[in-house]
Amino acid sequence: MTTATVLRGRAWKFGDNVDTDQVIPAKYAIYSLDERKLGEHAMEGVPGNDGGWSQKIAPGDIMVAGSNFGCGSSREIAPIAIRGAGVSCVIADSFARIFFRNSINLGYPILQSPQAAEAIEEGDELEVDLEEGVIRNFTRGDEYQAEPFPQFMTDLMRMGGLVPWVRRRLEEQRAGAYPAPPRHPEPQADKLGRAEGGGG
Amino acid sequence: MGMTMTEKILARASDRDQVRPGDLVLAKVDFAMGHDLTIPPAGKIMREQMGAEHVWDPERVAVVQDHFQPAKDIASAALGRMTREFARDMGIKWYFEVGQGGICHTVLPERGLVLPGELVVGADSHSCTYGALNNFATGIGSTDLACVMALGELWFRVPETLKFVYHNRLGDWVEGKDLILHVIGTIGVDGARSKAMEHTGEALKHMDMEARLTMTNMAIEAGAKNGIMAHDNVTEAYLRGRATRPYSPVQSDQDAAYERAFEFDAEAVPITLAKPMSPDNTAPIDEVAGTRLDQVFIGSCTNSRITDLRKAAKILDGRRVAHGLHLIVKPSSHEVARLAEREGLIRVFLYAGGAWTTATCGACLGGHQGVLGEGEVCLSTTNRNFPGRMGDPKALVYLANPAVAAASAITGEITHPGDVVRAPVAV
Repeated sequence: MTTATVLRGRAWKFGDNVDTDQVIPAKYAIYSLDERKLGEHAMEGVPGNDGGWSQKIAPGDIMVAGSNFGCGSSREIAPIAIRGAGVSCVIADSFARIFFRNSINLGYPILQSPQAAEAIEEGDELEVDLEEGVIRNFTRGDEYQAEPFPQFMTDLMRMGGLVPWVRRRLEEQRAGAYPAPPRHPEPQADKLGRAEGGGG
Repeated sequence: MGMTMTEKILARASDRDQVRPGDLVLAKVDFAMGHDLTIPPAGKIMREQMGAEHVWDPERVAVVQDHFQPAKDIASAALGRMTREFARDMGIKWYFEVGQGGICHTVLPERGLVLPGELVVGADSHSCTYGALNNFATGIGSTDLACVMALGELWFRVPETLKFVYHNRLGDWVEGKDLILHVIGTIGVDGARSKAMEHTGEALKHMDMEARLTMTNMAIEAGAKNGIMAHDNVTEAYLRGRATRPYSPVQSDQDAAYERAFEFDAEAVPITLAKPMSPDNTAPIDEVAGTRLDQVFIGSCTNSRITDLRKAAKILDGRRVAHGLHLIVKPSSHEVARLAEREGLIRVFLYAGGAWTTATCGACLGGHQGVLGEGEVCLSTTNRNFPGRMGDPKALVYLANPAVAAASAITGEITHPGDVVRAPVAV
């Protein structure tokens, strides 16, 4: 699965330090394997959001949050619930590391842009070009640049996440490209590049 | 240029001589853990989507039934069954059934499964706990865990390291919990975001392994990737008779590069609580003493090991829980429960009017056995008090150490333990 490279939708704003219990309260972890059901309860834990938030989402809408978005638990159902609600991508000032990892691993688009997080208001009409990392705000006539991620992370997101990457590695393993079980994989670190910011 | 212990572990695991902060590495994993909320999706992703038939090494994986087990409802029973079946099908050596393990982050250290110098991952954010045993340990998601179980390796960004130096010794009644809350209150819930927290200094030498585990447990509450401590005679004494494998401790080099160092005078740190609704909203006990409480919860991977229960029991011994307040005591493992039984601690909790419950995560994440309703006020020995963490988003949670929890349960309001008993409890 790969995502469209240009996304359009209205902005839904959230503040700083929104944690995973607000994104998807733990009681819904029983629906871990049901993305649609998780989507129905997305953001239900945010004080004042007494359910029904996801019903207001039109497919393609974009979440815009403050700093340290998705802090707290490691639950991968946090980005899955947001995706399940129909949100096409999340823009934030910064992401907590496990939310960041989980999104990359799922191939779910996230963009880090303090400038966009600051300037965008709820309801603004946005367009996100994932290839260019450009966020356009039609309501305000602004344009913001997202911080680039290291090549390896961008590649993972583009190829649809960690699942296809592991499939390929397992195929290499079966074909004898390197010994199985891979307790001593060939070092590929240099090919993975470096990251100045971000999580992981 | 030298390396920090975090960098040394990541370099060794990725077969490199040197790594620097910002490097992306593919690293071998020494031990991996999942539980009843993360194994069902991870197992499904690994088998159905990635196409892996086996885990890379069934002796290097732990599967623990702890979050919603014993099953709290029908859906949790299904998750428990999927977890059980996955462990059976994969031949997982370290499977901990309901009633036999407890909370993963207490079980893995006490069974000697996470060791110095190792790279450990767990599909749970508090997996950073293990770093007190001189390893690199971090929380990952379910797809990450599926990757690790399939291949035995995972991608990491080498974190910058922040150094925390604690001078002098902690004062009376002040514990590992107070110190880490004080640190989080100082740097904020994103103060160490994606970074390594290396704890050092005189104060640590006088702290037992359980107090140290409380400190590394809450690295994630500062946003950190991992929390780590040096190997010393306390580590060695703890591991004696437990370690399941040989191990090689790591030390940071003298010329290792730190992004920043923070220095604290441990002696000046007060008993510290976190007020609603964030772990960095801290206050010394004087500021919050007298706050009326509906519930006191002594539990979780943060603060419900045997020394925690001893401290609480010493204060509750011969006393009664305040009228109208509910005290819930939840040991963090069945080994802790067995010790508590042998030492007569369970009797103390029962006769004080507390609810003694089984070793699970329980109400810490609003799961079961102590979930809070709207407007209820709880003092908890757990790790997070974000809105809705323990139940209703309008419930109010204060985080504190177990002695404060016990004293407050007796009076019904936040209370300095010194106001209930004369001297701190030696355990």
